[in-house]
Amino acid sequence: MKVLVCISNVPDTTTKVKFTDDFEKLDTSNIQWVINPWDELSLTRALELKDDASTGVKSVTVAHVGLAGAEPTIRKALAIGADDAIRINAEPHDAYYVAAQLAEVVKAESFDIVLCGIESSDHNGSTVGGMLSEFLGYPSVSAVSGLKIENNTLVINREIDGGKETVTVPAPVVAIVQKGIAKEPRIAAMRGIMMARTKPVKVVEPVAVDALTGIISFEMPEPRAACKFVDAEDPKQLIGLLQNEAKVL
Amino acid sequence: MSVLVYTENWDGKFKKLSFELVSYASKVAEMLNTKAIALSVGKLESGEAEKLGNYGVSKIISAAGEGLNVLDNQVYAKIIADFAVKEGATVVVLANNNVGKALAPRLSVRLKAGIGAGVNKLPVSTEPFVVHKRAYSGNAFAHLQINTPVRIITLSQNSFELIEKNMGAAVENVNVSVDASEVKTQVREVQKQGGKILLTDAEIVVSGGRGMKSPDNWGPLVELADLLGAATACSRPVSDEGWRGHEEHTGQTGKIIAPNLYFAIGISGATQHLAGVSSSKYIVAINTDKDAPIFEAAQYGIVGDAQKVLPKLVEAVKELKSK
Ligand SMILES: Cc1cc2nc3c(=O)[nH]c(=O)nc-3n(C[C@H](O)[C@H](O)[C@H](O)COP(=O)(O)OP(=O)(O)OC[C@H]3O[C@@H](n4cnc5c(N)ncnc54)[C@H](O)[C@@H]3O)c2cc1C
Repeated sequence: MKVLVCISNVPDTTTKVKFTDDFEKLDTSNIQWVINPWDELSLTRALELKDDASTGVKSVTVAHVGLAGAEPTIRKALAIGADDAIRINAEPHDAYYVAAQLAEVVKAESFDIVLCGIESSDHNGSTVGGMLSEFLGYPSVSAVSGLKIENNTLVINREIDGGKETVTVPAPVVAIVQKGIAKEPRIAAMRGIMMARTKPVKVVEPVAVDALTGIISFEMPEPRAACKFVDAEDPKQLIGLLQNEAKVL
Repeated sequence: MSVLVYTENWDGKFKKLSFELVSYASKVAEMLNTKAIALSVGKLESGEAEKLGNYGVSKIISAAGEGLNVLDNQVYAKIIADFAVKEGATVVVLANNNVGKALAPRLSVRLKAGIGAGVNKLPVSTEPFVVHKRAYSGNAFAHLQINTPVRIITLSQNSFELIEKNMGAAVENVNVSVDASEVKTQVREVQKQGGKILLTDAEIVVSGGRGMKSPDNWGPLVELADLLGAATACSRPVSDEGWRGHEEHTGQTGKIIAPNLYFAIGISGATQHLAGVSSSKYIVAINTDKDAPIFEAAQYGIVGDAQKVLPKLVEAVKELKSK
């Protein structure tokens, strides 16, 4: 079985986001770029599956739609343990555009399991994985918090609103992954970092696809009113404020 | 032309979220001078479909049949897409919850329709079609223009008020049968979270962080939640340590919630935590450290030891409830 992990390159999650003066774009100065947290967990799980010979997973590839600037993030995925990488050399215009590009890669290299994160921490779309599965005509399972392989069939835990389900789906499949899939993201060791330098990164040119959406501008949330402090000895006062001022009790 | 809203059901019943979605879709339909149609897929309890009619739709479609008791994303997306085409929908509305997130992108490809995901207001304009959505995990919002004739919106939970309006909508029962071979997803086991109020549905949430010190200290926090009819939640380290279950973890990598009132008790207020709770209407923070960043996000605060403050708070709420 061949596994593909789709990775998105996002600002570090502690970044205080700032925009350009016209609020049309992210101000990328001083931003540290990282692998999207859910993609990092997907990669970790994919590598765990490969480590276990009984799963039949032979290779783990990462794919990214983006320009050469994302190369360090791709190398990081290789350092963590991916065997090789594919970079589709294009600005990721919108989720539809990205999913359409990834679909070409999956078709060309016939991956059995495709893992995507449930959302990217920048645009919070939660859409690429589902779109990719529809482009491919593969089944998809979303909000995946556990994934095992039994005789070519995937045994998946997914979160439903108000509970959990264990489902089975035959490969090929797209799994859209959230927290729980792996305990901690795997960290690159020195040896991994050395090896990553020589691992293959295939650069492919994009196919022609129109983006369906475009961001016109960003906006910061309204600043919150300053905190009103209540004496620790007198929580009754707090209850009064919540009841009469905020009117939420 | 129409606006189609997909309303998921839970064991044959709807909940507040469903009515929020329908209210929202009806308003969008008004903006477009068209009608809103509600679509339910799967078996409903009797009398349930009619309830959707109280929130401004002019038609209710209840589709049921064999093979729909499992959520197979491919099967469900095809059914919804077929109805969208049949009803000439130019906007399709879904919830931005697990099911909506699973189905909306598949619909997008089927209908070649751009998505606005995590939208939290009515469209900013309809010509061009621009929506207001979450970005950077709650640290910003984006105005997103959707350039396709059909648009998909997933609406953030608790971001739209219910609007009651009865248009005398009739329920159209449609039989959709799915061939067993098309259903690729098989369910082996279901674990329902029994009895408790769901975190994503709750109007009040009481949440504890590492400042609670030990899993044994949760008694008064749970009591406070019970008294308030609230759900309980926690920060990531708390669920990582196994002090509380993973389903309670809120934040960027956990659940994203928008209750009316959020109590952050012994939670420092890290960016990743706030990413999941910053859409709460009011935040109350209880923390020993007066400089903790959580106080910047909170409207009400108590500087103090949770162990001492919580029992007093419980007493104050008991007094309130006994009035
Ligand atoms: C990629 C990534 C994703 C993450 N995602 C999430 C996420 O989704 N959710 C999340 O919560 N975190 C997340 N984190 C972790 C986050 O950065 C913080 O580490 C975490 O939120 C801190 O949890 P805490 O506030 O409970 O603990 P701490 O930061 O340790 O804070 C404990 C607080 O309790 C106070 N305190 C101590 N004793 C008492 C007392 N007796 N009474 C009252 N107050 C007391 C302290 O003053 C302190 O403010 C993520 C981190 C990364 C890197």
